[in-house]
Amino acid sequence: MFSNYMANAWISGTIVAALAGAVGFFVVLRGASFPAHAIPNGAFAGAAGATLVGVDPLFGLVSFAVLAALGIGATSRRTRNDVATALSLVLMLALGAAFLTLSSDYEPAINALLFGEILGVSASEILPVLALGVLCLVALVLLFRPLVFTSVAPELAEARGLNATLIETIFLVVLALSTALTVPVVGALLTFSLMIGPPAAARLLSSRPGRAIALSVALALVTVWLSIAGSYTFNLPIGFFVGSIGAVMFLGARLWGAQRARRQQRVVA
Amino acid sequence: MLDWLIEPGLFANHSVDNALAVGAVVAVVSAVVGIFTVLRGQSFAGHALTDVATAGGAGAFLAGVAPLAGFIGGGVVGAAAMDVIGVQRVKGRDIATGVVLGAAMGLAALFLYLSTTHSSATGTTQLILFGSIFTVQSSTLPEVFVLSVAVLVVVAIIGRPLLLSSVSTELAFAKGVRLRAVGFVFMVVLAVSVGLSAIVIGSILSTALLIGPPASALKVVGRFGTGVAVAMALGVGATVLGVVLAYDSFYWFPSHRGLPVSFFVVVAVVVEFAVASALQRWRHSRTPTRPRVANAGDPIGWH
Repeated sequence: MFSNYMANAWISGTIVAALAGAVGFFVVLRGASFPAHAIPNGAFAGAAGATLVGVDPLFGLVSFAVLAALGIGATSRRTRNDVATALSLVLMLALGAAFLTLSSDYEPAINALLFGEILGVSASEILPVLALGVLCLVALVLLFRPLVFTSVAPELAEARGLNATLIETIFLVVLALSTALTVPVVGALLTFSLMIGPPAAARLLSSRPGRAIALSVALALVTVWLSIAGSYTFNLPIGFFVGSIGAVMFLGARLWGAQRARRQQRVVA
Repeated sequence: MLDWLIEPGLFANHSVDNALAVGAVVAVVSAVVGIFTVLRGQSFAGHALTDVATAGGAGAFLAGVAPLAGFIGGGVVGAAAMDVIGVQRVKGRDIATGVVLGAAMGLAALFLYLSTTHSSATGTTQLILFGSIFTVQSSTLPEVFVLSVAVLVVVAIIGRPLLLSSVSTELAFAKGVRLRAVGFVFMVVLAVSVGLSAIVIGSILSTALLIGPPASALKVVGRFGTGVAVAMALGVGATVLGVVLAYDSFYWFPSHRGLPVSFFVVVAVVVEFAVASALQRWRHSRTPTRPRVANAGDPIGWH
């Protein structure tokens, strides 16, 4: 499990988990589950298109994810139309399917892009992935205060002169970059799960932003590490483990929260 | 006249005949169920059901059962699960739905992986996720027709209270409509219709046929009955066009690799929606004082 060729899997998995845990906290806080669900599908189409024309998949992932994020930002500013968003989501998936049909009939490649592959990041890609990951984390640290402020009290933030649109756009781009890095490892259909499960559980366990982010990152790391180990041991797709561990964590946090509430009620009574 | 569109041998091909028959029936059902889905603001629920149906379809393939049974079984279980989550509380509902979705996709990953490695069948992933209408067997045609008729009959029975509760919850409640029961029956109907369209354009793309044509129709037509008719026409049109273009696309590339039907259907549906939106905006700019009849985008039930 810890042999040489698995080193990439552990390194890239750790970067991706730390990033998804941090970004996911803001996704849950801002209720941005729709973009978090749709952008990975754009990244899927990008990776498929890059494979078709023979460009580096990472380039396709990043460019399509950012395009999808900016498109969502532009349309959601005008209307909150769930119909338009649902349609653009399926359009991106269909495009990805078409690209893959044209490029090859090699099924494992499709499965890897949709459901994840622990060896999805090659040794030559580790450095760009690390660089982009650090860039996103730095952006999140710099944006921490305005992001929390505009999420918790949007009117107050506006009154203070914060440019909410600009912050939203930057956040969506950071979300897109993190997605592009996460998709090759966890898969397009389960990136959403990693960005929602651990952060939602963390938010149930702690209401203080700093502690909740740390907890979210820790839970995401545990999820990905357990998933890599499980995927290696049982030779099953990593997406299966990420999806089910995320769900179990959320359920556990919910039960724990309910029990705590009951105990507090008893104390008050 | 249509020689450029219709390649030689199109209508002599038996699997094309099957595809057109199944596609048209499924498009009609999706249009009828979809118009209520859009009116109720349940696009997200519809999309969530498709993801759960994916796990069901993949599981059925693994177990050697017909995918249709899996799509519908998975969808109905998902509908029941979402009913349980949905009634608990409004707060955090879409997060809970998202976690359920994630777990369902994880299961789908497992089933698809197992069926690709433990059987000699190829193309399972495309078959389940993106559909393969040309491989629909003649023997499944009766099942599709029976299920379609059943869905349409149920919608006809609960149609009036359903429409009332979709447009105004308070009014329906005052009239004595059992909102919870009607809502749950509709979710089951939605699950069956998602399962049906999954065999045409694949489980994760069935949102397109369900949401696209009805949303386009509601943008240009104010009356409910006319809206249903227009949605049916748009849905059948997109499906037939998709089948024909997919058949043609075999000749487009030197590699003779045809593009999937679902790709063309989704593109046609999105183009229809774009045209309908443009038409609505153009009309709106000409008669700015006229109020809109149907508020198609207003969320009523689900997020």
